Amino acid sequence: MPTGKLNEFVIRCANVNGTGSASANTLLAKAFYRMGLPIAAKNMFPSNIQGLPTWYEIRVSEAGHTGRRGSVDLVVAMNPQSFKDDIASVESGGYLLHDSTRPLDPAMRRDDITFLGLPFIEMVQQHDDQRKRLLFKNICYVGALSALLDIEFDVLTGLLDERFKGKEKLIAPNVEALEAGREAALAAFDCPLPIRAERRDTVGDGILVTGNEACALGCVYAGATVAAWYPITPSTSLAEAFGHFCTKLRVDPESGRNNFAIVQAEDELSAIGVVIGASWNGARSFTATSGPGVSLMSEFLGLAYYAEIPTVLFDVQRAGPSTGMPTRTQQADLLSAAYASHGDTKHVLLFPASPDECFELAVEAFDLADRLQTPVIVMSDLDLGMNTWLSRPFKWDDTRRPDRGKVLDHDELEAGKQFYRYLDVDGDAIPYRTYPGTHPSRGAYFTRGSGHDKYGAYTEDSAKYQENLDRLRRKFDTAAQLVPKPVMEAESGAEAGVLYFGTTTEPMREALEGLAKRGVKLDAMRLLAFPFSDEVYRFIETHKTVFVVEQNRDAQLHTMLLTEGGMDPAQLVSLLHYGGLPVTAEFLIRSVLEHLASAADHSAAGAAS
Amino acid sequence: MTWIAKPAVHHPALPKNTLGLTRRDYEGKISTLCAGCGHDSISAAIIEACFELELPPHRIAKLSGIGCSAKTPTYFLGAAHGFNGVHGRMPSLATGANLANRELVYIGVSGDGDTASIGLGQFVHAIRRGINMLYMVENNGTYGLTKGQFSATADEGSVSKGGETNRYPPIDLARLALDMGAGFVARSFSGDKEQLVPIIRAALEYPGFAFIDCLSPCVTFNNHEGSTKSYAYIREHEFQATDLVPPREEITVSYGAGERMAVTLHDGTQLQLRKLAEDYDPGDRKSALDLIESHRRRGEIVTGLLYLDSSHEDMHARLNTVEQPLNAVSAETLCPGAAELENINAKLR
Repeated sequence: MPTGKLNEFVIRCANVNGTGSASANTLLAKAFYRMGLPIAAKNMFPSNIQGLPTWYEIRVSEAGHTGRRGSVDLVVAMNPQSFKDDIASVESGGYLLHDSTRPLDPAMRRDDITFLGLPFIEMVQQHDDQRKRLLFKNICYVGALSALLDIEFDVLTGLLDERFKGKEKLIAPNVEALEAGREAALAAFDCPLPIRAERRDTVGDGILVTGNEACALGCVYAGATVAAWYPITPSTSLAEAFGHFCTKLRVDPESGRNNFAIVQAEDELSAIGVVIGASWNGARSFTATSGPGVSLMSEFLGLAYYAEIPTVLFDVQRAGPSTGMPTRTQQADLLSAAYASHGDTKHVLLFPASPDECFELAVEAFDLADRLQTPVIVMSDLDLGMNTWLSRPFKWDDTRRPDRGKVLDHDELEAGKQFYRYLDVDGDAIPYRTYPGTHPSRGAYFTRGSGHDKYGAYTEDSAKYQENLDRLRRKFDTAAQLVPKPVMEAESGAEAGVLYFGTTTEPMREALEGLAKRGVKLDAMRLLAFPFSDEVYRFIETHKTVFVVEQNRDAQLHTMLLTEGGMDPAQLVSLLHYGGLPVTAEFLIRSVLEHLASAADHSAAGAAS
Repeated sequence: MTWIAKPAVHHPALPKNTLGLTRRDYEGKISTLCAGCGHDSISAAIIEACFELELPPHRIAKLSGIGCSAKTPTYFLGAAHGFNGVHGRMPSLATGANLANRELVYIGVSGDGDTASIGLGQFVHAIRRGINMLYMVENNGTYGLTKGQFSATADEGSVSKGGETNRYPPIDLARLALDMGAGFVARSFSGDKEQLVPIIRAALEYPGFAFIDCLSPCVTFNNHEGSTKSYAYIREHEFQATDLVPPREEITVSYGAGERMAVTLHDGTQLQLRKLAEDYDPGDRKSALDLIESHRRRGEIVTGLLYLDSSHEDMHARLNTVEQPLNAVSAETLCPGAAELENINAKLR
């Protein structure tokens, strides 16, 4: 029985990358949103500029399920290269919209799905150049879908008006292509299909945005002035969005000059160096990268940890190891980020799960980095960073001020306030610092990655070195108090619980509903940060079994829970998803049920023997 | 190396500059480098230049990488903040620091291993960006802290203390700096204070990337017969191309027959230069490159201020940043506020 129904369906557009399909597909996605329907859009694209298969998946869910569903109700098959696979990807009972200009190979037919053929290439023959034909062909299938799925035509034309504002002569040919597709579909098929859209009012004041844009905007609001980066998928659009926002929001109106500086560095080593240099000198600064970049930045991250320099880094994770699958998603940098660098180093990690949280945690990252004088790494991923999400709107309180941490200014130094760079004067293990150039005779110190004592002096003395290293460990305890607390997402006193973070959140919410329908209740805790606070360990201790869900092979979060909290490994059950596509509710439900079934078999077998 | 602490009491008759500071106020901790190390002479020259220029010490930031050279910022300008980073990465730290506060004076000290090997990439990109800083390479052709391996600036055929012959051609950092577009390129010698102090002064005044390749013999590992970076070898093979004339000193005939020229930089700074080489124009990059190459073929090392671009643009000019240091722009100015965020939300619907 097909899964899709009114306002609950998944469509997938199969295209060739570099053919302008992205604008047609985003038009389609936004049309559902404008009809008041929650959507999740996932772009599954190759590491390539032109000519390879790319897919854009839109899930429409009135129920608000915005994780990836996994199965597909309707495929728009526009790519001959992937045609066979695309036919195979349609769920039984589903539909395939394809170009019928050339007849379909009978061997390709499937009896359990409906083939909807329209002569798209013929519809765009009036355009003289190939590029235009490709572009309008894409708009034609959007038009056909408007008939098949009952998308309000006014919504589509309204979106075209907005898009081509200032380039009005592009509107008419686009509308023409939409109409051609729509009319062809209306003439050929019994429209609409059972999977169709109907206007609702379920998105409220929600916005459509990517996590990378949200992080970048958070950096603007946090007051970051220096950004340094090296291009790497999937983090590039974060740095570029920062530049875009700054150009609009940060140019001094009087002088026309910039209240920001962005350096596209020669590599990631340099990018993080620029950030550390700027932060040392009192500016808020950040870099954005992905796993390979974190590897390259590791040496400098150790310096920032040991010399205690605030550093904000966004790790938009992708599938590793090595180059891995650069355009696929994973949560596989937890260990390499948490313990980046040689020697005893640990870093604060934050785990946003949605664009609004990307914004909020980006701002928080700067406050934490300044307060703790240490690197803070925001762990996003490709799915969150590059895909368009339905998000709660961004919020800002105008009374909010940045927390710049323990910095002595000129007047405090002048007044004779004692200053030793690495001395813990008030028990939180965080020392005071000064910015260069503050006072003519007080407050200067030498920053170094070599051994130093609590006064900031070079040392090779074991006791003095160790005293400082122990304070750094205590500072991490302070960090555990200051980082955002985990969120209890479901609490019913169940025997089993589940721990997860980041982009597992939406599929997990859906899975919890699905499991509840099958009579399985789980308590659910979502992590927002590392170091883990006591609540996390208490959650594990108070549940017989805790599923730990993560999108990597080696159960990295599981390792951290065992190492940092001394948890009992027998209690923790890892559910791992690491194929490079976002985890689905279906996978989570199946995995939980399988585990519970096998545990029941086990205990039944144990009771019988 | 010594463990003797410097006396805290200054001689009352020590000369003071108009800030009321003596040379001692520009000093740092006592050096722990080997006695006779060229690097200590460079530290002394930096102290002298900063004293003469009457720079407030706390408005200077000192940065370095790793190696013997990297230790030296501890030995000068004790009232300035210092940053001893990681190997070969001083240029990126200096980039960030300078972006955060354009008002401080930046002195980056590096070595030939730090710049010509592990940090070569950062070095050339720092030049491309045009950071307003003095970038000093204390060049001794050897890895001192790891006991005498050849560095990438060691000349082909130069012999190590252990008797090994270097088989690779050297990287000439002055030529590289010229090629990469540095606005100020000089080569000097730690053993020639008369030449070095005015060059450092000019570099500190220069409103852009000022590079000094300062030959600085390693007395422990690279000062023997067969080394081309020894005191003796450099003295015998040096060819001085230019001479910087201290601005307050009257130019007299005793300076010799060389051609005098005054250069006004775009920020108004004036430099007086006496040219000692014929058919050479220190304002022309090609001419400077030709001079270095033609003397290299004769086995000579050209020193002096080799190239000066009077219209050089620094990083802040390229990035069009505000005059105010970015670390001092108020949070109110930087944060667009709640009303603007509502506009942004609206555009995302």
